[in-house]
Amino acid sequence: MKVYLDNNATTIVDPAVFSEMEPYFVQRYGNPNSLHLFASETHPAIKDGMEKIYAGIHAPREDSVIITSCATESNNWVLKSIYFEYILTGKKNHIMVSEVEHPSVIATAKFIESMGAKVTYLPINHEGIIDPQTVRDNITENTALVSIMWANNETGAIFPIAEIGDICEEHNVLFHTDAVQAIGKTPVDVQAINVDYLTFSAHKFHGPKGVGALYVKKGKELIPLLHGGAQMGGYRSGTLNVPGIVGMGKAMEQAIDALEFEMTEVREMRDAFEDELLKIEDTFVVTPREKRTPNTILISFRGIEGESMLWDLNRAGIGASTGSACASEDLEANSVMEAIGAAEDLAHTAIRFSLSRYTTQEELDYTLETVKEAVKRLRGISSSYAYAPEGHKSGLDSHHH
Amino acid sequence: MGIDSLIGGTIWDEYSDKVTNLMNNPQNMGEITEEQAAKMGAKLIVADFGAESCGDAVRLYWAVHPMSHVIMESKFKSFGCGTAIASSDTMAELCKGKTVDEAVKITNIDVEMAMRDDINTPAVPPQKMHCSVMAYDVIKKAAAQYKGVDMESFEEEVIVCECARVTLSTLQEVIRLNDLTTIEQIADYTKAGAFCKSCIKPGGHEAKDIYLVDLLEEHEKEKLAGSATLGTSGDSSVDFAQMTIVQRIKAVDKVVDSHIRQMLVMDGGDMEILDIKENGANFDIYIRYLGACSGCASSSTGTLFAIENILKEKLDMNIRVLPI
Repeated sequence: MKVYLDNNATTIVDPAVFSEMEPYFVQRYGNPNSLHLFASETHPAIKDGMEKIYAGIHAPREDSVIITSCATESNNWVLKSIYFEYILTGKKNHIMVSEVEHPSVIATAKFIESMGAKVTYLPINHEGIIDPQTVRDNITENTALVSIMWANNETGAIFPIAEIGDICEEHNVLFHTDAVQAIGKTPVDVQAINVDYLTFSAHKFHGPKGVGALYVKKGKELIPLLHGGAQMGGYRSGTLNVPGIVGMGKAMEQAIDALEFEMTEVREMRDAFEDELLKIEDTFVVTPREKRTPNTILISFRGIEGESMLWDLNRAGIGASTGSACASEDLEANSVMEAIGAAEDLAHTAIRFSLSRYTTQEELDYTLETVKEAVKRLRGISSSYAYAPEGHKSGLDSHHH
Repeated sequence: MGIDSLIGGTIWDEYSDKVTNLMNNPQNMGEITEEQAAKMGAKLIVADFGAESCGDAVRLYWAVHPMSHVIMESKFKSFGCGTAIASSDTMAELCKGKTVDEAVKITNIDVEMAMRDDINTPAVPPQKMHCSVMAYDVIKKAAAQYKGVDMESFEEEVIVCECARVTLSTLQEVIRLNDLTTIEQIADYTKAGAFCKSCIKPGGHEAKDIYLVDLLEEHEKEKLAGSATLGTSGDSSVDFAQMTIVQRIKAVDKVVDSHIRQMLVMDGGDMEILDIKENGANFDIYIRYLGACSGCASSSTGTLFAIENILKEKLDMNIRVLPI
């Protein structure tokens, strides 16, 4: 049996999305900017796709949703644009991001920090959530941008975006949110909250890879990223990705249709699965489930290093994830586990299961049995549960590690 | 850059079959209790290294015969990823039947070599080499416990890069002789810093006393100071030009053994000396690369310069190294 439980990494493309995209590869392949029938026959589909994308996030027509290549591009773009517009010109010199943002935000923040910006990395609380008060406490008159994700990829924790948006509005600070993990899992309405920039990506909600988007509120600054043929209103040149736009549009429509299902059926399946996992001794879940996206579980199995758990799951045909791959070059503990202040010995034991509307009960039952077997085997190997003679001093050499 | 670095891949694909099989079915996983050791007439040694909070930890059990000091049984338990478990398992296997003094000589490179499917292909990807170092460290810990000494006493030289076992003196020498200025160059010449990268700068897997960045800085400072102490003499007391051919080959061999071979072996390679010929004022040393070195791009560039410069420094400035 093959079971896919890594839907926060990417998702299966909905077959309906795929068939909607298909004609735009072989039959209607024109460059939309050309002046002939091959171009024109792509226009209705692009318009339809864009309408669906706008509708999905309730974007007013006067605002912009720029199609990019991925969420990483969108996130880079916002921060680098702020750098050019505010930092380089000396108008303002400070931005704030949470310490658990996606690497496309953190790494970009570090880059513009190296170019002279001041960056505050806001901490999360013990539930894995940003307290809006920390935003308020750190905002200054020199703050140009706050960038806080809508929902966290590791834990599924939903952040208090509305309150943070209000605080930014109050202080005349631009607000960007990376909503990659939110679309299709929780309602996203750019008119219901104060938000200036919002990032999302089609492949996280059963659309194709290679299609991201950046929402920009009317009148908010954005330096063009790719200069050239002036596509996307001159903000992002490059031949339009016609099948991509069609695919993202259809995927967005499906995601909105399925939102209720995600928030009820998927949530129920997730909760029941989580209950069963927690019956295994010495397990620990991060973030209260009512404060999470409905599909995500970050669970720690004491005494089992995350990658070895993935190994055993993989052998059984199950794909899950760990944020703590011990191959990384930096200190490799799961950043969220560290940030919430989990016991040190748990920092390397977190496993993420992320479901989707395609996940079945049968798959979860099989996964549960596999996890139980893996826990038994790996704890049998683990030094954490190993025999030690009386008086044995567990020795950590202070020189090393 | 290049196609391989552009598309990446999963580290698991780079594990040898041995590593995979040992992860799936570790052979020496288990414990030895006081009672079991007593039945064998052995002394029980239980040593820990690492910590769960660091991402890997291993507990090694030895039953050691008190008279012969032979390790009669060796078992492990490990908190860690697949390569940590496979390395610990291999380490426990290598200990069996050896005396404690012999076991201390097992290095992480022996452990990694033992896990290779074929001699020229590393058993684990570079960033996983770290795991085998822990397997090596726990042996020292166990031996130190058995002998009632400090584990540092087993290390004769200061090792800066534990993955590739490159010593401080080798690094200082190679950096100075070749005027290295970047971490990439050090990795090209010595392999240090090419694996888990802990030794490059603070903040990696492990805290170190000395990092590669410190050595580069030290070298820069020395250059700036124009220190007169730079050109310290080599370790041969007899003039190379006055030696017989046999003496020359022996002298070259000695330098290769103590300063060069280690960095080649790390890459699954080796070299042999074919001939030494006087060619005008020069001494031409003909060598043949073995294993992975043959055909390796840097065997005619970085590695070759390193070999030549070490031999020049140690023996004679007129030495030229010619790979065949």
